[in-house]
Parts: sequence; structure tokens; C-alpha cells
Amino acid sequence: MTETALDRPPGDPSMPAKGDVGEPAGVLVYTIGLVLAVGLTATSFWVANTGLLWGPGVSLGLVVLAVAQMGIHLVFFLHITTGPDNTNNVLALAFGILTVLLVVVGSLWIMANLNDNMMPPPELMNLHMRH
Amino acid sequence: MNVAATLSEARPNVAASEAGPASKPVIVAYGFWIFLLSDIVMFATLFAGYAVLARATDGGPSGVQLFSQASVAIETVCLLASSYTCGLMSLAVKSRRRIGTYFGGLVTFALGLSFLALELREFADMIARAAGPQRSAFLSAFFTLVGCHGLHVTAGLVWLVLMMVQVAVRGFHPTVQRRLACFSLFWHALDIVWVWLFTVVYLMGVRA
Repeated sequence: MTETALDRPPGDPSMPAKGDVGEPAGVLVYTIGLVLAVGLTATSFWVANTGLLWGPGVSLGLVVLAVAQMGIHLVFFLHITTGPDNTNNVLALAFGILTVLLVVVGSLWIMANLNDNMMPPPELMNLHMRH
Repeated sequence: MNVAATLSEARPNVAASEAGPASKPVIVAYGFWIFLLSDIVMFATLFAGYAVLARATDGGPSGVQLFSQASVAIETVCLLASSYTCGLMSLAVKSRRRIGTYFGGLVTFALGLSFLALELREFADMIARAAGPQRSAFLSAFFTLVGCHGLHVTAGLVWLVLMMVQVAVRGFHPTVQRRLACFSLFWHALDIVWVWLFTVVYLMGVRA
């Protein structure tokens, strides 16, 4: 049994299996997305302000929450799925994410290294020279 | 709009390679998706610049002194709600309901405008406290990154008004429907950028 894999445009709110999705089902998808996004946003603000969590882990937690929320937006608002009709959209997205990661992680890595290897400020340099 | 599903119903066993070129809505939305991804790559470079310069305050004010979390929370709510109403608007467009489209467009516009007003007030407040973009590298990067997102929102609002005019004049013509689909993609993508903005700039900035 061969499954038809015609392309579906990104952002198309209809379901592939059932053809045109009914109005209530479409509203339900957006509403679920909204509820999840609001929950994750509220968690982000709580994490940033609470004293209960281990300080250095907070940044990582915030990034994880943002990644999760991005996923919610992609699935429930932009309707990017893993279905066969969505292969092109997902591939383009994967390439975009790869580029974004290279740019951001690469910049941070290189600049942190540069800062570490930078000459110390003049007063420290003087201390070094005295020995 | 849902040409793919109708096609697959009509010819259930046709392979994707034999189906011929994709329909126009698919091609247009896919092209716009590629544009959005390139736009997001541009934002990534601005984010990288900001992250590198976030501590370069040159003795000036830092994020802890400048950012108001309450105002950021309200901006986030506005933008998230407008993304939701934009989704409802695209459902109304699909089922060709004029009133629903106008109403969704109006609420989306109002929420986007409130977001923009709050952001501009924040900018004006910072500049009044001598924390303008020329004060330090951190503030230059901040105004570039957040301002660029604000410009995108402004462009989106102008686009939304134009689309409402087109719906009024031309009705749900296929061209208008494709443009509305692109608009909702654009608006949702802006919300994704904002998620990273409030996480990286405001929440992490307030902690540092």
C-alpha cells in the first residue's frame, strides 16, 4: 500500500488524513498550542525569578524551555509535522537550524576564546613585568 | 487552499514523483518558508552579536538596571495572543468567512500595536535615562536586535492592514488567500523570534 506523499505548504492548518479539518478541530489545535505556550512562558518567568533553583543551571533551563516553546509554535501554529507531505518543510527547517546553531555557537565559542587569550589589562601587565 | 488533500483524494495511488509540479499555494508558501528561515538566520547573527557583547557595558547601565520584567511579560502576552488570533483568522480565511477574517485581523492588529507601543515606550524610557544605543556596545547590540524585531512587527502590521483592504476589495480570491497564508506564517515566525528575545535578552539579562 503506497502512501501518497504530495507536498503540503507550511502553515496549512488542515489535517492530511481527514482532508479539510473542521472548524472546531482547527480551533482546538490553536487553543492547545496557546495553552502550552502560555504554560512554558510562565515557567520561564518563574525559573528566572525563583531562588529555589541552582543558579548556574538557570540559563540552561531557560534555553531548554525556549526550545520547547519553539517546538510548540512550530507544531501547533506553523503546522510543521513529520508526515510524508511535510518532508521539504522539515528539511528546510533542519538546514535553517543547523545554520543558526553554527552562527551562534561558533561566535560565542570563538569570542570566549579570544577574551581568554586577550592581553591582561595594563595594571596586571605591570605586575607581570616586575618579576 | 487544501489542494494537496483534494488531489490525493482524487488520485489515491499516484506517486509523488508522478504527480506533476506542486500546486501554486504549496510553492508560494514553501518559498515564503525559505525566506522566513533566512530571516531567522539573520536574527541568529544579531543574537550572536548580542550574546558576545552582553557584558560590554563600558561602565554604563546593564540589563539588571534597565529591564522591567512586568513590561516584558505584558509584551509577551500581547504577541502570543495575537499569534493565536492570527491562527483563528487563517481558519476563517480557509472557510471564507468575511466577518471572522475581519474580526481576527482587527484583534491581531490591536494586540500587535499594543506590543509595539509598549516596546517604543521602553525604548524612549531607556534613551531618556541616557541609555541610548550610543552608550555602550551592550546597548548598541540590544537596540539593533530588539529594534529589528520591532521593525518586523511594524512591517507585519502594515501588511495586515493591506491584506484587510484586499479582502474587502477582491474578496477571497486565490491570490489574496495565498498572501494571507504567507502573512500568518510571518506573524507566527515573529513570535518564535520573540520567544528567544525574552529568554536570552530579558530573562537571562535580569539574572546576570
